[in-house]
Amino acid sequence: MTKTPGAPLVSFQDAGLTVGGRRLWSHLDLGVMPGEFIAILGPNGAGKTSMLRAALGLEPLSEGTLSVGGSVPRRGSAAVGYVPQQKIFDRDLALRGRDLVMLGADGHRFGWPLPSRRVRADAARMIDAVGASSYADAPVGRLSGGEQQRLRIAQALMSNPKVLLCDEPLTSLDLSHQEGVLDLLDRRRRDSDSAVLMVTHEVNPVLPFVDRIVYLAAGNWAVGAPDEILTSERLTALYGTPIDVLHVRGRVIVVGAGQTPDASHHCGPIEVSA
Amino acid sequence: MSDLWTYLQYPFAQHALIAATLIAITSGLIAPFVAMRDMAFAVHGTAELAFPTAVAGLLIAGDAVGGALAGSVVVAVAIWWLGRQRSERNTAIGVLLAFGLGLGAFLLSFYHGFASAATNILFGSIVSVSTKDVALLAVIAVLVVVVMIVIYRPLLFASVDADVAAARGVPVGPLGLVFLLVLAVTVTEAAQIVGTLLVLSLTITPAAAARRWSANPLVVSGLAILFALIAADGGFLLSLAFIDADVKASVMISFLSFAIYLVSLAVARWRDPRARASAAKSVAVT
Repeated sequence: MTKTPGAPLVSFQDAGLTVGGRRLWSHLDLGVMPGEFIAILGPNGAGKTSMLRAALGLEPLSEGTLSVGGSVPRRGSAAVGYVPQQKIFDRDLALRGRDLVMLGADGHRFGWPLPSRRVRADAARMIDAVGASSYADAPVGRLSGGEQQRLRIAQALMSNPKVLLCDEPLTSLDLSHQEGVLDLLDRRRRDSDSAVLMVTHEVNPVLPFVDRIVYLAAGNWAVGAPDEILTSERLTALYGTPIDVLHVRGRVIVVGAGQTPDASHHCGPIEVSA
Repeated sequence: MSDLWTYLQYPFAQHALIAATLIAITSGLIAPFVAMRDMAFAVHGTAELAFPTAVAGLLIAGDAVGGALAGSVVVAVAIWWLGRQRSERNTAIGVLLAFGLGLGAFLLSFYHGFASAATNILFGSIVSVSTKDVALLAVIAVLVVVVMIVIYRPLLFASVDADVAAARGVPVGPLGLVFLLVLAVTVTEAAQIVGTLLVLSLTITPAAAARRWSANPLVVSGLAILFALIAADGGFLLSLAFIDADVKASVMISFLSFAIYLVSLAVARWRDPRARASAAKSVAVT
């Protein structure tokens, strides 16, 4: 974060979030700078998705302040792009990849339904940029998970957002597609000096790309460079229960009590059942 | 065929043809969204619930059509309210439907007049459309078309991906209610012509057939309207042409609609191998 001066694009200050009577995290301080790539890690239920929902203006903070692109987060802000958790489209859905992408530009606008020439041209350019041109006119429900995910990213980029929020965009993708998607996000943030916040379970694929990690666990949080956060000491302190971080053949494996490295299939943050 | 032309000089036939056209346009317009939002049961439910509300209208004001229309608004709001979660919606419709039909039979026992105005809703009666009915239909059709055009894009967004649409600022919840209202009014009007039991042939089948030809949502919408028009107008004209056979127009409409579906299915099958081959080629290129 030292490389880009200026004001943070996303700024949590002493922020806390309580959802359904459960305090997910509190006193969170985080400033995301332009061009930064941040991975949000942690076990299920730690409030990773809720953090994105707060930045989208869908979940109000219970304490502290949060600004996105210099203002209070609100629904429909063009400054924010959103790539949701993968949801498979119905096979027979009457929608092409191209239509999905165009909805990112004008889907919220009421009125005459034909897309404008500008929207069509922008969509074609964006589809080309994410490498989806060869299947953009196929029914979206017939495409593979990786192809759908590329189109979702293209859709999120249509409003030319300064901040891209991605919720588990790598789930159910094979390794080459994961790398393709990460590469795409990485190129985009460098080219346009925009920030990427990505919730993920897949630690190892994202490590070469991310600048910093936000680790949420057991109501606590830690922010820092990957090799600062992914240590046995830090995670043990965070979880409040013994955690080992192993480095095996260039991979990071996080292991909690009673769990073998083999059982931690995707080598990601584990569910601590203690 | 000269017979057909002779019949078309009569007001009853002209009214019927106009009514069939208006209903086909509105039904075809909502049909792709019914498919997309998985609302076939909502169509069936609101169509059948037009019966008890028509009886109530007859009892209270002597007006079956007015009762059915007012009732459809109540039904739409009730379905929306009880079925806020998508998973709960079909259960909510089932609960309302069971109660509504019981209520209809109960109310009918109080009515000692000529009940055909109410029972017409069950089976449809395209040849008894009055000038007043046509005028009401026209007003409703214009309203439905205008609303659908204005909400088309946000509704499409909300229908294919509610989460992203909400994040993008689309009022997903209110749009769902607006669509349910449009659907309920359209279905109730259509029910008077083709009957509640055959409404699905104009609000489901055309979209299912159109999807076989294209995945472009605007093209699918256009084709669904076209197919509904062919089924509704063609079905009515067929019933006129073969008037001696005494087959109701609604029956012809459902047959024709199904025939279009079968043809579309066959054409899709026929085109599929080539589509698959070109898809494989594009994958090989990447």
